[in-house]
Amino acid sequence: MDAMPKWADVLLVPLISIVIAFFFSGLVILAIGENPIDAIRTMIQGSLTSSYGWGYTLYYTTNFIFTGLAVSVAFHARMFNIGGEGQAMLGGLGVAMVCLALPWPHWTLALPAALLGGALFGALWAAIPAYLQAARGSHIVITTIMFNFIAFSVLNYLLVNVFKPPGSMDPATAVFPPGTALPRFSDILGVFGIPFSAAPPVNVSFFVAILACFGVWLLMWRTRLGYEIRAFGHSESAAVYAGISPFKITMVAMLISGALAGAMAINNVMGESQRLVMNAVEGAGFIGIAVALMGRSHPVGVFLAALLFGFLYQGGAELSLWTNIPRELIVVIQALVILFTGALDNMVRMPIERAFLAARRRRKAREAGLGKTEPAE
Amino acid sequence: MDLILPVLDTTVRLAIPLLFACLAGLFSERAGIFDIGLEGKMLAAAFFSAALAAVTGSVWLGLLAGIAASITLSAIHGIASITFRGNQLISGVAINFLAAGLTVLIAQDWFQQGGRTPSLIGGARFETIDLPFAEALSGVPIFGQIYADLISGHTILVYVGFLCVPLTWWILFRTRFGLRLRAVGENPAAVDTAGISVVWLRFAAVGICGILCGLAGAYLATGLQAGFVKDMSSGRGFIALAALIFAKWRPWYALYATLLFGFLQALSLRPDVVELIFRVPMPVQFLDALPYILTVVILAGFVGKAIPPKAGGEPYVKER
Repeated sequence: MDAMPKWADVLLVPLISIVIAFFFSGLVILAIGENPIDAIRTMIQGSLTSSYGWGYTLYYTTNFIFTGLAVSVAFHARMFNIGGEGQAMLGGLGVAMVCLALPWPHWTLALPAALLGGALFGALWAAIPAYLQAARGSHIVITTIMFNFIAFSVLNYLLVNVFKPPGSMDPATAVFPPGTALPRFSDILGVFGIPFSAAPPVNVSFFVAILACFGVWLLMWRTRLGYEIRAFGHSESAAVYAGISPFKITMVAMLISGALAGAMAINNVMGESQRLVMNAVEGAGFIGIAVALMGRSHPVGVFLAALLFGFLYQGGAELSLWTNIPRELIVVIQALVILFTGALDNMVRMPIERAFLAARRRRKAREAGLGKTEPAE
Repeated sequence: MDLILPVLDTTVRLAIPLLFACLAGLFSERAGIFDIGLEGKMLAAAFFSAALAAVTGSVWLGLLAGIAASITLSAIHGIASITFRGNQLISGVAINFLAAGLTVLIAQDWFQQGGRTPSLIGGARFETIDLPFAEALSGVPIFGQIYADLISGHTILVYVGFLCVPLTWWILFRTRFGLRLRAVGENPAAVDTAGISVVWLRFAAVGICGILCGLAGAYLATGLQAGFVKDMSSGRGFIALAALIFAKWRPWYALYATLLFGFLQALSLRPDVVELIFRVPMPVQFLDALPYILTVVILAGFVGKAIPPKAGGEPYVKER
């Protein structure tokens, strides 16, 4: 018997965790001598009150949806993929190679190819830790951490020694051909005559991200493979008994996870900078952890959590622009969200479970009490 | 000799923060608590040691503040992973981000220098110690040079770091506390059956881990460098974690592993020396990545298998 109803598990517990995380974030803002209410007002003003702000918010959201989904898929197989950062970096390499390979005539051709390239490279980068976990029992958390650092070195080497155009000083690839430029929201909405700021880099990748949410939902809850992944995550021994191969599930789940993280590059590399630079991922791979935890590894939850973090990210940028609060506030909020929705989940969950159990016991007692008194009447 | 000695000297200085952090992880993981938050604890200690040293002018007060900050984060990790039986890896990730964010936030609030502390001067830094006769012996070829340039002339924390290795070995393998600590990482139920508190032992291990990470961070900001800059631990906590696996959770091997990784870091600062030794130009990026690559190879079990403590990462639930 479940200790509490499903709605409490899915909504109430995460909500309370987030409220606690934000409460502590407010305390941090107070502690550095700023006003939390003013801070929130500045953040909302900078991210949600103009098409410019929304544009950036949704741009960041797109990144976080991809990395959040990546972490979620691995979570379902009870694996913790900290390597989203490295996989997204390598995904950027894949996207850049596809974009630079041909003089693409139109983005409708370039986007699927680049998506494939990014996903492939991301998946390949996840494949090695996955294989080592599946075949040799090396802990996937440690190997994916190591692969983040290795990815950084690999990319650094390639950008400096291979992809840097002659005569250029900064470690970055050449600018992609114009045919690979993805339409931004201002272009898309302009067709319908809706004005939207042209400055923010939010682009058609946002819709790809939403499609990816739907795809992950289909995969996890409507296919045999998704069922096997979830079964494996719940109980490895039961899954093995049911004829599910741990090797296969570990590999497949991590490949999908890496592909999703790598696919992020269509947004930040192809959609925004139009060339591959060194720190293109900007920590989005790590934010994916917070997003997946907060979204309870469900695509809908991931979407909402990514939106919240998109708002925080853009709001945080505005905050550092207009106030004395540095951008790193977002890192603190991210840490607190991970702490309370992830590591301290039991702290929030146990009292709520106890409250529900007590309420149920009281109700039972009352019903039992009524049952006794009835015949006497 | 003139070429290699400076590199070895740098090796020692770069290995020390790794060594402290590695031994910190050793205590924690031997007791069954995974700790990927070494990096964050180091960073927090680096900031608070530099900040207090800058404000008070005393490096010793700074050291205490650094250790206190690191222990505070350890306590959070302990509460999350021992008391509330949360996921130790997720808790470690949270601690890393907490330290990365808070240090810059507080640094900006206290010093208004873009997330750094003022440069430390005089008594706010650890001074180098010249061992006796170092000056007199420096003329003696090889041994005198090694004594004067490599062994002498480090800060006190370097010598403390090297002393921590036999001390760790002695605590873990020659004391009752050490036996129990190792047992709690392998089979907590057995320890519990013997009437010893698993929770207390694990908190003790996590606390020691905090102290050692505090030393690592303090050395970074007040010994190796003069002040705190944003993200100054720059992945050292993870290299230490790699060294820990490389050393297969053993103190003496931890020393060798951190010296090796310190050597690699020192080499990547001197590409000219690398070229002289290997006769081919070696990409700096390859040297940077080498500790991680070596760790993956070790983890894969192609060169000797690294077997972690058996109960590592598993919260202990007492049977009722």
